[in-house]
Amino acid sequence: MIFARGLVKRFGDFTAVRGIDVEVAPGEAFGFLGPNGAGKSSTMRMISCVSAPTSGELRILGMDPVRDGTRIRARLGVCPQLDNLDPDLTVRENLTTYARYFGLSRAEGRRRADELLEFVQLTERAGSMVEPLSGGMKRRLTIARAMINEPDIVLLDEPTTGLDPQARHLLWERLFRLKQRGTTLVLTTHYMDEAEQLCDRLVVMDGGKIVAEGSPRSLIERYSTAEVVELRFPDGLDLNADYAAKLDGIGERVDPLPDRVLLYADDGDAAVAEVQRRGLSPSSVLVRRSTLEDVFLHLTGRTLVD
Amino acid sequence: MTAGTVHPSIAVLERHLTLYRRLWRASVFSSFVLPVLFVVSIGIGVGGYVGSVGGVDYLSWIVPGVVASTAFQMAVGESTYSVLGDFKWVRAYHAMRATPVRPDHIVTGHLLYLLFRVTTAVLVFLLVVLFFGALHSPWAVTVPLVCALLTVASAAPVTAFAASIESDSHFSLLFRFVMIPATLFSGVFFPIEQLPALVRPVAYASPLWHAVELCRAATLGAAPPWPVAAHVGCLLLWAVAGTLLAAHRFRRRLED
Amino acid sequence: MLTTLTAGRSARASRVGFSPARVGAVVGRNVGALRSGPSYWIVLVSGFFEPLLYLLSIGVGVGALVGDLTVAGRTMSYAAFVAPAMLAVSAMSGALAETTFNVFFKIKYAKTYEAVLATPVRPVEIAFGELTWATVRGSLYTAIFLGVMVALGLAPVGGALAAFPATILVGLAFGAVGLAISTLMRGWQDFDLLSTGQFALFLFSGTFSPVQDYPAWMEVLIQVTPLYHAVELVRGLCLSAYGVGMVGHAAYLLAMVAGGLWLAARRMERLLCR
Repeated sequence: MIFARGLVKRFGDFTAVRGIDVEVAPGEAFGFLGPNGAGKSSTMRMISCVSAPTSGELRILGMDPVRDGTRIRARLGVCPQLDNLDPDLTVRENLTTYARYFGLSRAEGRRRADELLEFVQLTERAGSMVEPLSGGMKRRLTIARAMINEPDIVLLDEPTTGLDPQARHLLWERLFRLKQRGTTLVLTTHYMDEAEQLCDRLVVMDGGKIVAEGSPRSLIERYSTAEVVELRFPDGLDLNADYAAKLDGIGERVDPLPDRVLLYADDGDAAVAEVQRRGLSPSSVLVRRSTLEDVFLHLTGRTLVD
Repeated sequence: MTAGTVHPSIAVLERHLTLYRRLWRASVFSSFVLPVLFVVSIGIGVGGYVGSVGGVDYLSWIVPGVVASTAFQMAVGESTYSVLGDFKWVRAYHAMRATPVRPDHIVTGHLLYLLFRVTTAVLVFLLVVLFFGALHSPWAVTVPLVCALLTVASAAPVTAFAASIESDSHFSLLFRFVMIPATLFSGVFFPIEQLPALVRPVAYASPLWHAVELCRAATLGAAPPWPVAAHVGCLLLWAVAGTLLAAHRFRRRLED
Repeated sequence: MLTTLTAGRSARASRVGFSPARVGAVVGRNVGALRSGPSYWIVLVSGFFEPLLYLLSIGVGVGALVGDLTVAGRTMSYAAFVAPAMLAVSAMSGALAETTFNVFFKIKYAKTYEAVLATPVRPVEIAFGELTWATVRGSLYTAIFLGVMVALGLAPVGGALAAFPATILVGLAFGAVGLAISTLMRGWQDFDLLSTGQFALFLFSGTFSPVQDYPAWMEVLIQVTPLYHAVELVRGLCLSAYGVGMVGHAAYLLAMVAGGLWLAARRMERLLCR
């Protein structure tokens, strides 16, 4: 579906994407995970054929985005980071108007609009204006709009950024159904829980480069341990590095952060017992499963969400 | 065109029309009522003191000027805030860009919409002044065509301008230094022969002047000052160059 | 936003009386905002060109077609007839632009006043502050315009000096009414209505031709509208054609100042201090 080799995007002196290789298979849910400024959105804009690659090879649906941009876009669905719905049109008109951009007949546009409103649970709001809708509703409408042309690939740029937890879960559930229908999903996110929920496979980006690639599970297995112990010390903050030195040798790795110390171990409870045996008394102890956040921290030395 | 498909420019036009269906009431006064009031105030009020210009009464003389300047002001006005807004605030153009609609389709769709707006206003205006007895020749039927050409000739470069700026405060400068002077000194209210010889070439460059002269020739049934082809040629030049420039600006702005 | 509102309400309790210093602070904010944006300066200065262009186009251009004009027994050039009207119109539109558009924007979107009201400043002081600023700006335009009229020989120096305070009164009158209007605006679409009304006044208030030319019923109708009184007062002073009617025109404008301010302060109190 998507094939990229040595893809580069430069804006003047600034290089946003520094030679990445990506391949997305049909029916896959593929994610770009990384902090703000990692080059995710620039990559997405190249894939959605609005921004030409500076160098490297890019094929979408077997076509060249520079030469066949229009034909490719006809088969893509794009849900941008910033909502760009028409605020002076109704919910339904936003969909029927958009359908016309794809050359659909009015009747077909209306049929698909009603079907999609049902799918994103906005049927009751069909006649209302866009402006008073909540952020989650607008996002769902944007996703419905992205599907009006029954696309082969749906591109979602940070689909749940800025939404409250309830709205995020509803959105994830809808996207999961979309995936079950066999639609290829490509999304960017800086939330590891989102990537774990939705992606079959993902790449971790940092500074315009891909630093790791694989399924969420395999990445965790490769770059982290099964469990992580989070320790907070009452007088921590400045002394976390000293505590980390005292913890050396427990588990596979010790990582002092400004607010806490992370202890990577396959058996978290055994590690906690060892901490206590050494006479250290943290003010809080949390044993949890490893996440992509730990993978990212291991790869870049920074946390994902700043 | 086969059944069920639609040209992308038409799809863009349809979006504007859908929006207009919701907002048209607000434009009734400025599009239809004001031009008529203008004719009454200047044509009849001031006309009482003027006597005749170029052998006709003042009302008949300024009517073609007012119709062309109405088309001009509408074309310019509708290509400013709404165009910048669709880039900056609504981001509707970005939404279109993600579909098979190309930047040049967006520009032509916008211009088609303006043609619709201007033509309806011009037809209503012509009907009103017909009852004032201000149309003296059957050639008056060509006035909507001239105004359509003027619409593209003036809206296209302004659209290109709107696509090139970041702040809407530039528009008040456009209105004050371009649109209003053009309206006042393009032969709408008095013959440009009265302008100082130094300023006259500026009027020659303005698309409005060419349209005013063509409209006046049509409603009075007289020959325009330059050959018709020369006037039309100047308008076409503005229209084509403006449209190409606008499409170029749209492409650049939507690229990155 | 909620916190500024609550803060505004509690601060209001301590607001007693009326302070010129606080009015000055509202004016100062406008001057400060002016200094921050260079393009706003250009827009401000360019506001002066508009009536000047109209004067050159209609007054001089069309004036050449009209020749001389005799109104109430006095003969004058058409440009001399039109120029004072342009002056009054410029005072009106300057004041309206500053009070309606800007104030509406500040109430509705920028929420400038909610921040201002969190301080001891009261709504009526905001109204006075905005009006003072609109008047200062408007007087600047009219002073320059009067200078141009004298230079072009369209008004004697004495007439221009006499007309200047009258233009300030015109600015105050339309500014006060503009403030009241801005508190009644429902949305941007209402501005289309306002500018249409403004343009209709511009066309028919004896600006381009004497109102005596219109049918009697229209003449009466025009005499009820505000711009007519502004035009008549300014024109009379410019041409040194004094008469008892002027007292009536001035009284009409003064009533606009009082009525506009009263309504504006009341409405602002209700809009901002809920």
